[in-house]
Amino acid sequence: MASALLQIQDLKVEYHTEDGIVTAVDNLSLDLNKGETLGLVGETGAGKTTSALAVMRLVPAPPGKVISGRVLFDGQDLSTLKAEEMRLIRGNRISMIFQDPMTSLNPVMTVGRQIEEAVELHQKMDNKTAKARAGEMLKLVGIPAARAADYPHEFSGGMRQRVGIAMALSCNPELLIADEPTTALDVTIQAQVLELMKRLRTEFGTSMIIITHDLGIVAEACDKVAIMYAGAVVEYGTVESVFNRPLHPYTRGLFGSIPNIAEDVERLTPIPGLMPDPTDLPYGCRFHPRCPMAREICSTQTPAISTPEDGRTVACMIYEGLVPGYDTEEKA
Amino acid sequence: METLLEVRGLKKYFPTKGGLLQAVGGVDFSVKKGETLGIVGESGCGKSTTGRAVCRLVEPTAGEVIFEGEDILAYPKSKMREFRKHMQFIFQDPFASLDPRMSISDIIAEPFDIFRMYKSEREERVLELMRVVGLSRKLVNSFPHELDGGRRQRVGVARALALDPKFIVCDEPVSALDVSIQAQILNLIQDLQDKLGLTYIFISHDLSVVKHISDRVAVMYLGKIVEITDSKTIFQQPEHPYTQALLSAIPIPRYGEKRERIILEGDVPSPIDPPPGCIFASRCKHVMPKCREKAPALTETASGHSTACYLVHDVSEEEE
Repeated sequence: MASALLQIQDLKVEYHTEDGIVTAVDNLSLDLNKGETLGLVGETGAGKTTSALAVMRLVPAPPGKVISGRVLFDGQDLSTLKAEEMRLIRGNRISMIFQDPMTSLNPVMTVGRQIEEAVELHQKMDNKTAKARAGEMLKLVGIPAARAADYPHEFSGGMRQRVGIAMALSCNPELLIADEPTTALDVTIQAQVLELMKRLRTEFGTSMIIITHDLGIVAEACDKVAIMYAGAVVEYGTVESVFNRPLHPYTRGLFGSIPNIAEDVERLTPIPGLMPDPTDLPYGCRFHPRCPMAREICSTQTPAISTPEDGRTVACMIYEGLVPGYDTEEKA
Repeated sequence: METLLEVRGLKKYFPTKGGLLQAVGGVDFSVKKGETLGIVGESGCGKSTTGRAVCRLVEPTAGEVIFEGEDILAYPKSKMREFRKHMQFIFQDPFASLDPRMSISDIIAEPFDIFRMYKSEREERVLELMRVVGLSRKLVNSFPHELDGGRRQRVGVARALALDPKFIVCDEPVSALDVSIQAQILNLIQDLQDKLGLTYIFISHDLSVVKHISDRVAVMYLGKIVEITDSKTIFQQPEHPYTQALLSAIPIPRYGEKRERIILEGDVPSPIDPPPGCIFASRCKHVMPKCREKAPALTETASGHSTACYLVHDVSEEEE
């Protein structure tokens, strides 16, 4: 197996707001190997975006604050780097695609110039080489190089997102973090973007973290998946194992909630209740108020991370033998 | 089943600086009593405008909307206002569709306050509606900002039910919600239909959701319906090349799902001065010369299955 490119260890991020302290990410540990694509899945407030921002050291402070934890990139602890050193990595060796292609581009700069800026800064290219590079990158994402002279408003949403991807890839990053890269796009345009991302992975061996709420995208584009709930990873494993045998009650609940176009289900089985208040998270297991399997112990004790099989983790007391589990039948 | 609503030749054009924007370029469909017709398509295809035009929330440019035998587009304003009791609307964004300065009870009661109904039993009626949509009665005096998206959408549903309508247009009612909450609202919408015998038009860009909730599905592209049939058939035997591409583009949440994907080149053309001929011709890989000359009509190819494409028509002609 390839070696770890990114290691997140015991990351904890808080937002200190007027309404109280919000623990956005708690005790997060994840590894990403070279050439691998990890899907980070969860609903609003699960801590997906904050985790990504913490890797990039872009958590807005204040109100955000990284309380503890380390992020090792290629063996180097990013939290110990000086701001200037971090700037050499950000946008260069690690880059990010943002959710909203409407707001993540500079509206008063041509798209070509925006890409040139990145390569001039990071790759120390002169303007002429940078221009050529920008044209090359646009072509790679299916935009004619001549359009480098156009401004963002002259592009459609799908094309703007492709510009964002071109910019993110312009410095050949080793790690690409894509935060809901297709959420703002129509499904046929989403298909174009996913296809492009898959091609990049095979051609350049880029490692990726794809943040999404869409399990379909994970099944299609990822190798590993981490399911997050209320700031913590509740289940982690290969896409194959998690999709074929979801272990955590929340993961099972998610699968029961989505209408699947390939299956006929009369009625969905939603997860009861609401996302917890982030300033007042439930004690014990954070999912217990909504969990159909919960027992008393779930409200008093925090579940440890179990490893039911190699490369698979789950944070649920069923797998510690403390709570009765599902019957022998497979997959809810 | 009896037909509740019949739409014929419905058009809605918007004047813009660049020319006439044909948001809805002439659509025909009918909805039977108690059924759900899904309308699906990508942004700018005219699905929301169709829903709004049917309720006259925007005045259609042309066409007929026949509701229980009467063309409601011919109604004068006063009669239309009275008639609105029977057709209601659930909006996409539960954050924008509720007045932030009104309490939940005032929002739910506003429809019958306007029609001067349930005067003496206003509070009971509000609580009854809250119970029906699964809102705790404790929230009766809360304000929208105190509620999360799922609960807000329940308020929107309660308001739509306030006047006992026969027909509701649901415009992307779950698109702004998280998946676990989305499932709760979809179940609620289904349960209400069973209990109250409601008829729905359900508009969404999400084909999985539309397939799940609809009896029949209409696929729209650039202001036109390109295909309409029952929801099973549209997913098993889509006929129009656009429907086929749309279906193949959906990522399926199952491991190892391998399908042939039809990647559409380019973007949707502008609805201002759309080209003559088939609206899909510029992106269609089966395009033939005649597609660029004259638009194919929406034609029934099998019982209850209509498609607007020469490919399908020719095939059916050959077989005859």
